[in-house]
Amino acid sequence: MNAPFSHIAWVAIGELSDIPIRGARCVVTPMGKIGIFRTAENHVYAIEDHCPHKGGPLTQGIVHGASVTCPLHNWVIDLETGQALGADEGAVKTLPIRLDGSVIELGLDSALLAENG
Amino acid sequence: MSEPREKLVVIGNGMAPGRMLEHLFEAAPDQYDVTIFNAEPRVNYDRIMLSPVLSGEKSFEDIIIHGDGWYIEHGVTLYKGHKITQIDRRSKTVTSHVGEVAEYDKLVIATGSSPFIIPVPGHDFQGVLTYRDLDDVDAMLLAAQSGARTVVIGGGLLGLEAAAGLKARGMDVTVLHLMPTLMERQLDSSAGFLLQQELESRGIAVITEANTKQILGDGKVEGVELEDGTIISCELVVMAAGIRPSARLAKEAGLEVGRGIIVDDLMRTSDPDIYSLGECAEVGGMCYGLVAPLYEMARVAAGHLAGEPTRTFKHSETPTKLKVTGINLYSVGDFAEGETREEIVLRDAMGGIYKRLVIENNKVIGVVLYGDVADGGWFAQFVKDKTDISEMRDTLIFGQNYQGGEPLDPMVAVAALPDDAEVCGCNGVCKSQITGKITDLGLTNLDDVRAHTKASASCGSCTGLVEQLMAVTLGDAYNPAAVQPMCGCTDLGHDDVRRLIKAKELKSIPALMQALEWKTSCGCAKCRPALNYYMVCDWPDEYADDYQSRFINERAHANIQKDGTYSVVPRMWGGMTSSKELRAIADVVDKFDIPAVKCTGGQRIDMLGIKKEDLPAVWEDLGKAGFVSGQAYAKGLRTVKTCVGTDWCRFGTQDSTGLGIKLEKFMWGSWTPAKLKLAVSGCPRNCAEATCKDIGVVCVDSGYEIHFAGAAGLDIKGTEILGNVSTEDEVLEHVVALAQMYREQGRYLERIYKWAKRIGYDEVRRQIMDDADKRKAYYERFVFSQKFAQVDPWAERVEAEPQADIFAEYRPLADLTLQEAAE
Repeated sequence: MNAPFSHIAWVAIGELSDIPIRGARCVVTPMGKIGIFRTAENHVYAIEDHCPHKGGPLTQGIVHGASVTCPLHNWVIDLETGQALGADEGAVKTLPIRLDGSVIELGLDSALLAENG
Repeated sequence: MSEPREKLVVIGNGMAPGRMLEHLFEAAPDQYDVTIFNAEPRVNYDRIMLSPVLSGEKSFEDIIIHGDGWYIEHGVTLYKGHKITQIDRRSKTVTSHVGEVAEYDKLVIATGSSPFIIPVPGHDFQGVLTYRDLDDVDAMLLAAQSGARTVVIGGGLLGLEAAAGLKARGMDVTVLHLMPTLMERQLDSSAGFLLQQELESRGIAVITEANTKQILGDGKVEGVELEDGTIISCELVVMAAGIRPSARLAKEAGLEVGRGIIVDDLMRTSDPDIYSLGECAEVGGMCYGLVAPLYEMARVAAGHLAGEPTRTFKHSETPTKLKVTGINLYSVGDFAEGETREEIVLRDAMGGIYKRLVIENNKVIGVVLYGDVADGGWFAQFVKDKTDISEMRDTLIFGQNYQGGEPLDPMVAVAALPDDAEVCGCNGVCKSQITGKITDLGLTNLDDVRAHTKASASCGSCTGLVEQLMAVTLGDAYNPAAVQPMCGCTDLGHDDVRRLIKAKELKSIPALMQALEWKTSCGCAKCRPALNYYMVCDWPDEYADDYQSRFINERAHANIQKDGTYSVVPRMWGGMTSSKELRAIADVVDKFDIPAVKCTGGQRIDMLGIKKEDLPAVWEDLGKAGFVSGQAYAKGLRTVKTCVGTDWCRFGTQDSTGLGIKLEKFMWGSWTPAKLKLAVSGCPRNCAEATCKDIGVVCVDSGYEIHFAGAAGLDIKGTEILGNVSTEDEVLEHVVALAQMYREQGRYLERIYKWAKRIGYDEVRRQIMDDADKRKAYYERFVFSQKFAQVDPWAERVEAEPQADIFAEYRPLADLTLQEAAE
């Protein structure tokens, strides 16, 4: 949890309306693919787009409540904590995300971005 | 009056500064000489009561807060209709648009907010109004007199109140809302759905997911056009798409401004002599629009101005209510879902009631009530006080009246019901009738209780209550019927749900979840795809397919593979292909660098390892060669496998290839409970392996033998024989009728062999072979459904305009590796 975020850089990645309700889109970042999820209640979450089980693309799953079911083997991942729910054990990283009006901003480690640039 | 008073100037005369002055005059009546500049030419009135004025339930006089006498009594100088255009902080003066200058020692900016005008073409036409002040209401009432048709843009609080008011004045009203459900900021989707139903029953048309493209007309409103091309004729447009804090004056004066005018928790701006409050103020990063926090700001500012700075402004959750007569809704707090959060949902389908509490750490943090809001205040208190509710958790949702000194057990509550309490509303069955029959006849299962009492035999929504009564009456002798619920969201099994969809004419997922009292607010990955299929099957012409409830393969029209890439299978009718088709496939494989190509078990060619973002272009190229989607991903008709039959084979007895193609062209596009694979063999040697298919046809000299319910997967099972027919047309009618029977009765993901075994092979034969009327009815229903199902999803995607938008979902939302490199 206490990853050494030297500084969080907020990067605008798109509009809320770019993501279908109860749907997801992925964002390519220096730390791999990140899934951006939008729930029925218009909350957005950012988690790694990589199921802890066999690496399935979580953005392609069915979004229900604040969780997503992986399309490969039906693991259910909590969008808020990144933890697998039910009997399965595992977790994906979550990232800070926020809405500025209708613009979605993803929080990335600025050091990580700098290295890449 | 001996000491010279300080000069207090207030810009704006809305409810917040009005309340502030009341507090100030109470605490320090002689401290200030007060001057107010009001851009509106009138006194302070209750702006939130404009809706009853619009609907005719109140007049303007009824909603005045401070009449002219109040200003005189307190020695306030009120400039009506004066708009302040400049603040000079050096000379400490303000100037109005007509040149009136006033000096201040302390200044309060309460400029409120202005409506957000969507900048679509035509937004400046005559007939475009906002809904903010009395002038707007007067303009709307004038339009109502001439019977103008109205479009309200915005389905939030303000828009819906305007719509209801205008409807009450006899106008023809359509509400356009950008989001899928109304008031999505205050309500969850279930409550939003109920609200929409109620408004529609009052004759207000509601269009959700409506993106306004332009306002039509020639300087004067004639209609509204949506992005999807829909045109709604109207003479009046009311923009109610939100408000923006009015902070321009403050910004021009050099004050610190964010979304609104930035103030500290004492309502002070960046200039110590200038305060701001109301909708224009931004405190703690938030701007407010509801009256409770604005009145709190007034209290804080007044305290500080009076030299008694005891209060500071703290954020608190404010309940929302809609001021439309006869509509009861209430929401407060945070009702999003989360892992550490649980929800308690109570739905009463008959009463149109929906209640949802969101619980975290044994505390209520969010409340949504629809229909019955009597306990709103009681719940809100828990949210505010962060009360630990674990003691009363089981009965909390039933409200305050159900809470006794002792925690109530739901079973005890059922036992305590009086004997004449009605349990089944449909059939008018009371408690004693049910318990009496159970005891007298020794009934031990639900079906028997239903048969003897009719309780829960119609709509079924009281099933849970009847079961509880059985448990109470029978004690340990009660063994609940082994109906497997669809999923954790309901106690109902698939068959009950399918029956109720038809019986209660449930035509959308939100309607179903409300009517069948779903225990979650939006279902899960198990029930949603099933419900979506049942709706598509039962209401082919009316139901709007919910793609977000479909598994990814059916959303992307391709099959997801273990590495997240996709495979694509074009349709080859009956397994036939040509050099042109093969060449097109070869070109696509080369062009997109597709790593693997394979023949499938259903006589098709599968291209594996395609990146999601390449899918649309792959389809486009395949489409140019005449291919359509093979739907190898669908819970629907997959393939019809054939042998070469009389065309080539020396043993062939009939044109098996031609018949297979005919079947496939007739049935493609249909959705079924699970995948459906067919085969047609030209002779009993059965080279197309028709006797292990879902439905198979074996040609013989005298005609055709129809088979069904085979399996060659997890289970291996030879087919059952349905019967013999003598012409191709009869084959088609029988096969299609069988498929439709399965479509209507099968449980989602239940293959045909499991379904047929469950209901009995003879029952299938009886309905399809022996009962010609039934068969024809099944056939007709299938044909009707195909009118809506036979759309090639590839072509639909490729042809849609504008292409960029349609394909956006296949690409990443953003590529930050590129963006960062460029910076």
